[in-house]
Amino acid sequence: MTAKSWIEACAAEEIDVEDVIRFDFEDRTFAIYRTEDNMYYATDGFCTHERVHLATGLVMGNIIECPKHNGRFNIPTGAAKRRPACEALQTYPVKVEEGKVFIQIEEGSQT
Amino acid sequence: MASSRLKRDYSITGPENKRAQERGLAAAEWYTSPIPRQRMKELMKRRNGPAIRDTMIWFGSLIILGIIAYQTWGTWWALPAFLAYGILYATPGDSRWHECGHGTAFKTPWMNEVVYQIASFMVLRSATPWRWSHARHHTDTIIVGRDPEIITERPPVWKIILMQIFHLYGGPVEIKRIILHVLGRLDQQEQEYIPASERQKTFWEARIYALILLGVLAACMYSQSILPAMYIFLPSFYGGIVVILFGITQHLGLHEDVLDHRLNTRTVYMNPIFRFLYWNMNYHTEHHMFPMVPYHALPQLHQEMKHDCPAASPSLAAALKEVITALIKQKENPAYVVERPLPDTARPYFFGINQEAEVHAAASTSDTAVS
Ligand code: FES
Repeated sequence: MTAKSWIEACAAEEIDVEDVIRFDFEDRTFAIYRTEDNMYYATDGFCTHERVHLATGLVMGNIIECPKHNGRFNIPTGAAKRRPACEALQTYPVKVEEGKVFIQIEEGSQT
Repeated sequence: MASSRLKRDYSITGPENKRAQERGLAAAEWYTSPIPRQRMKELMKRRNGPAIRDTMIWFGSLIILGIIAYQTWGTWWALPAFLAYGILYATPGDSRWHECGHGTAFKTPWMNEVVYQIASFMVLRSATPWRWSHARHHTDTIIVGRDPEIITERPPVWKIILMQIFHLYGGPVEIKRIILHVLGRLDQQEQEYIPASERQKTFWEARIYALILLGVLAACMYSQSILPAMYIFLPSFYGGIVVILFGITQHLGLHEDVLDHRLNTRTVYMNPIFRFLYWNMNYHTEHHMFPMVPYHALPQLHQEMKHDCPAASPSLAAALKEVITALIKQKENPAYVVERPLPDTARPYFFGINQEAEVHAAASTSDTAVS
């Protein structure tokens, strides 16, 4: 079984409401979101259509729109919601403790 | 000076496709002008109001012109009346297809989709295939062998441009494709960019188009007149003049095979009527660099990034003059491109990965101009 660990990503206040930031860890890139209802989420940092950083995209409610071709994903589930994005994003568990955002990832997996 | 360059193969199924990939030009990272994230978020904000208003004006005007044209039928006045109807059918048809295809015109997704489907039919562009063709155009803008939406190659094929005044090049190609799709097949080019998961949808859309077109044909036969087709189907041909005039200003005469939209895309200042017809796509460099920004915010985006871009063409006439002059020169010398100086406040041009020297070498053998 692959070991999972909680990684500190950023301070909670670093992300605005309805926004997304990029988080690089080792050779992996994640996107960390704060939605309008103040929930935090994390997904892979790159769009599944082409290799574009989602962190420069637009958060609208629970949706992230990719900056390149306007593909959309549901943030909590990662499901692709609008073409040309067809494949779901990988999502990661998130917790906020003492004002810091942690994401849980499998060690050694690639993003 | 005659060019020593060999004529290139612009098809996306030919050898240039592989060459572009080897040169790092396919799906590569493009240059973007620096704009603070907070400002970008404001500019990217979606609204329904402007697009609902513009759609009502568009369809309302089409109905009024349609009634006027009907009343003139059988007289010489029908010519200008239907020309006006056709231009108002095809030109916003093209720009609404475009913006709604990006999903940015309206805030509400289904509104984008409804107008996208209607506008796609109006301009005779199969909705799903063109969505994918346009995604590729944004990934690999004017990259030879990769971009399926290059209007004409270098040296230019004048016949294609002139035929497009009445949509006589693209229209028949699209009708052939619709017939193929009805039969459950794609053409070779489309297989390059339409994923397997989208093919059934493509075929069903084509069958709906075919039913509508057969309905129009039946109405013509029943009424023993081409009048029904003058309202649906034929306007995408006889109303095409402004579509091509706007379209050729977007990229023609500029660089190919570069990764900086300031080098291969043109922004043109236009009057409010043209901007309504074109839905602000005259701010084309801005649109390509930031396709997330809806059409109604492009003038503000232009203000944010103009310090980093070459000067916009001052008018449609000036842009057309620049394009046509460049095309005439490219007939003799395919390496000719319009070189546009950047303002002092701009970051330098980014030609592409490891190819600056190559592009400069091509330019130095050519009769380049500074506009
Ligand atoms: S790269 Fe994200 S939708 Fe194309």
